[in-house]
Amino acid sequence: MSLYRDEGVVLRTHKLGEADRIITILTRRTGKVRAVAKGVRKTKSRFGARLEPFTHVDVQFHTGRSLDMVTQCETIRPYGEPLVSDYPRYTAGTAMLETADRLTLGEKEPALRQFLLLVGGLRTLVDGSHEPRLVLDAFFLRSLAVAGYAPALSECARCGAEAVRAFAIVAGGVVCGNCRPSGAAVPAAETIALMIALLRGDWEAADASEARNRVECSGLVAAYLQWHLEHGIRSLKHVERGVAPSEFR
Amino acid sequence: MYEGVVQNLIDELGLLPGVGPKSAQRIAFHLLSADPADVKRLAHALLEVKEKVRFCRVCGNVAAEEECRICRDQRRDPHVICVVEESKDVVAIEKTREFRGRYHVLGGAISPIDGVGPDDLRVRELMARLADGEVTELILATDPNLEGEATATYLARLVKPMGLKVTRLASGLPVGGDLEYADEVTLGRAFEGRRLLDV
Repeated sequence: MSLYRDEGVVLRTHKLGEADRIITILTRRTGKVRAVAKGVRKTKSRFGARLEPFTHVDVQFHTGRSLDMVTQCETIRPYGEPLVSDYPRYTAGTAMLETADRLTLGEKEPALRQFLLLVGGLRTLVDGSHEPRLVLDAFFLRSLAVAGYAPALSECARCGAEAVRAFAIVAGGVVCGNCRPSGAAVPAAETIALMIALLRGDWEAADASEARNRVECSGLVAAYLQWHLEHGIRSLKHVERGVAPSEFR
Repeated sequence: MYEGVVQNLIDELGLLPGVGPKSAQRIAFHLLSADPADVKRLAHALLEVKEKVRFCRVCGNVAAEEECRICRDQRRDPHVICVVEESKDVVAIEKTREFRGRYHVLGGAISPIDGVGPDDLRVRELMARLADGEVTELILATDPNLEGEATATYLARLVKPMGLKVTRLASGLPVGGDLEYADEVTLGRAFEGRRLLDV
């Protein structure tokens, strides 16, 4: 297989040499691919802006010894263009790309659900119907679910009891009074309800949530995600909360 | 492997960008056979650049003194500041001979994925320069890629309350290229920024 074609979202780029870039792209069929785009930094490059992060592209690769090479590329949808003009959305988007990159560890291991989730997440972020941080938290929770780390939210993560008291990252979600480890957070019931709504995609309930529950939810989700990734998400500290939640009700 | 000092030189040269082990070896042997005076001049230039060159306290550009040549030049328009990412961009714009204002070098672009936020750039220094009200126009000349655009958006939002004119460099079709090879984003920008042909 010397030439193959796939569609994917550009996750990140690294400079290589004088005018080239290494492009990390999450594809529909092949999974995560790292490939060299020759001459992409030159102003007259035939790739132009197609291989910028966030761009959903139809791309042809040539299999190389260590890295593949991008030979042709067409834009399907440039998500980056509407995102950069809105700083809070842009920062939320970069956190999505970084998480997708971290969650797909192996290269060329198909990760269709993660890919679909990312495209869906970016589309929702761009259409501007929900607060960017809510979209980001929904993406985090569902990505964790796809990776097999979905937090237990309605019953105790340890014994399955229904009366839940606290949220313990180490235990894998909410816990009851008996199973509660020391240092577990005690979020408001509305915050847990918000997390359930985000995981299920119940936007009506999520959009109606209060600002303080959103902040609490973001904190828990971010901590839970980074604990399972065993790695910090660098973009997270730059994510802005953006527009006041009341404007999205 | 070579004798200690020669190997040392090869190893040091190999650390430079774009210089691999073979190139390092070639440069090292070139230096060995070169005139001692030439080598001394090179060594002197290397030391001098580290000792003398610093960053301009006003704009952040590389300078041989406290302030760079452009900031010291009284003929340059103090009402317009052009914001760029790197000192290399100042040189690129200076070559056009189109711009007679002053510069501000940010030292990079906002890239959350690499952990670079606004606080890691010279944004605070820029705000301090704008505070006295002398500047009337801010030209955002960050790179036309995603990080550059995001940085421009961030800065535009930050200086909006100050009420000064904020402009962004045009982007569109490169001179000497073919329209059919232009990507959708670039071509879209070219349409957005089209201008009236006044003949």
